[in-house]
Amino acid sequence: MNDLSSSLLLPAIVFLPLLAAIIAYLIGQNRLQGPINICFSLAQFLLIGLTTLLFLHEKTDQSERYIIGGWGAPLGIDLIVDGFSILMLALTGLLTLLITLYSASYFSGKYSASDKSLRFWPLWWLLISGLSALFMSADAFNIYVCLEIIGLSAAALVALQGNRAALQAALRYLLVGLLGSLFYLFAIAILYRSHGTLDLMQIAETTNHSFPDKVAMILITIGLLLKIALFPLHFWLPPAHANAPTPVSAILSALVVKASLYILIKFWFDVLGETTTLGASQVLGALGGAGIIYGSWCAFRATQLKLLIAYSTVAQLGYIFLLFPLSEYSMGVSSFTGSASQAAVYFIVAHACAKAAMFLAAGNLILAQGDGEIAQLKGIAVREPLNVLVFAIAGISLIGLPPSAGFIAKWLLLTTAIESGQWWWVIVVITGGLLGAMYLFKVLSLAFSTDPAVIESRAVKSTAPVSSVSSVPVSNVMTTVALILALITLALGFNAEFILNISNTVSEVNDI
Amino acid sequence: MTSALFYSMAGLALFAIGFFGVVVASHVMRKILALNVMGVGIFMFLIALAKRNPLVVDPLPHALVLTGIVIAVAGTALALNLMVRIHHIDQSSQEQSK
Repeated sequence: MNDLSSSLLLPAIVFLPLLAAIIAYLIGQNRLQGPINICFSLAQFLLIGLTTLLFLHEKTDQSERYIIGGWGAPLGIDLIVDGFSILMLALTGLLTLLITLYSASYFSGKYSASDKSLRFWPLWWLLISGLSALFMSADAFNIYVCLEIIGLSAAALVALQGNRAALQAALRYLLVGLLGSLFYLFAIAILYRSHGTLDLMQIAETTNHSFPDKVAMILITIGLLLKIALFPLHFWLPPAHANAPTPVSAILSALVVKASLYILIKFWFDVLGETTTLGASQVLGALGGAGIIYGSWCAFRATQLKLLIAYSTVAQLGYIFLLFPLSEYSMGVSSFTGSASQAAVYFIVAHACAKAAMFLAAGNLILAQGDGEIAQLKGIAVREPLNVLVFAIAGISLIGLPPSAGFIAKWLLLTTAIESGQWWWVIVVITGGLLGAMYLFKVLSLAFSTDPAVIESRAVKSTAPVSSVSSVPVSNVMTTVALILALITLALGFNAEFILNISNTVSEVNDI
Repeated sequence: MTSALFYSMAGLALFAIGFFGVVVASHVMRKILALNVMGVGIFMFLIALAKRNPLVVDPLPHALVLTGIVIAVAGTALALNLMVRIHHIDQSSQEQSK
């Protein structure tokens, strides 16, 4: 009776945001805009929450399948959930709710031109719909469509600011995304030619060491690495994530890059697992390691606050790629089980929460300061203590200090590296942590510095609001949302077993 | 060489030419066109694939190509729109500086 595969929950998770996109466009700009969108996000959160609870309750060893229209693979398109995808879905639901709350204030007209909200909401819901569908998709071509929905709506969202830098970043982001998707599509064509099906499970059953499968795996890897922005293909990410409106930056760093990563993990370990080699996984790990060092260094050099956080995303994505060499060694054959995959899953969740919190807090600080320059943040802790606190908590998690989700993730990564005898990754991880501390403490020490002259000048400024810098008081909602995300990051550090249990289900249920 | 194989090879060649264009071209317009050439290459490969058995035609690749064309149109439209907007901003800033 609680059967997920026969209930309408799974298609509803895709359908509701699509409906919300249309309604958000139709109602246009009025007072109801914010409340209606918040209602939709609540409904989406409840839908996903219910699905998650049902899935955990059933505890089946099989992944749950929903057959759309009763056609079934290979003719129809199926939706499927397993442990990993339910975790990503839950993350999507949580971030949708929180960032929608944030956006409802952000786009209420106080902080941005009012016509932006009309463009933001439909695109926002399209993005959420694409993400939700992607995490449940069991069909290779359907994944391509989802990737394009995500890519198009994300690029349009980046362009929302309308200035030259944002448009340029959006255009580059769009072109790179299209290029990556085309590589993926070509791989799908090759797979269909040799397997005669597009269903992931059916492809996995007939995968072998044949030449076409290897070519397909290479094309998929290249295409998705472009979209994930692994070093040295990261060039488009910092401008796109830094120039987007704050809520968009948050979802881009927290979920959109992870969506491509999710697909890569699925293909690498499940669908085309037979074709992967030890050498290839070491190459991915090495690129990840280079990304950690390079991204952290660029973050340290950045002068704009949001650019610093965007480069930090490049570095953090590098850590997740250590999954590939570590799991290969620990299992003999590549499979998405064991401690390396647990570390990666934990890292994905930890980074999503911490980075979203950090972007939202940074957006608040920039609004309060009226400027994105890091140097301008001197003494901001006096005026915006809560937002600086959020930034600090998120920073602690990104560096990997206890007690935070990031600490557990790094701990798992380090122990896996030591257990598998690959000590060189340990050096990379520790160096990355030190570099991370360098660039984050740079911001924090500025924020906490109490230069009396600066505070005096602030006081003068606040009494005489004729200065060219336009600073606005940050609404309580926006600060609270950032704070909730930061507290979740802390809570994940104290309650590691919850996530690890779900990711255990991942390893049990990974027979896609 | 069967015609299906011939068209598959032509699709591959188009994909490669398009990729070369995306990497090498400096103007955004050329990059967008090159991406479209790449896409057409894949579509051709898919259509040739539908006829790999000379007796029956597989309809599924045709459906994929139709979907792909819709997505390619949407992506191209968005890219062109962004390109034109950047061009307008550049023009107006040039006029101001004069």
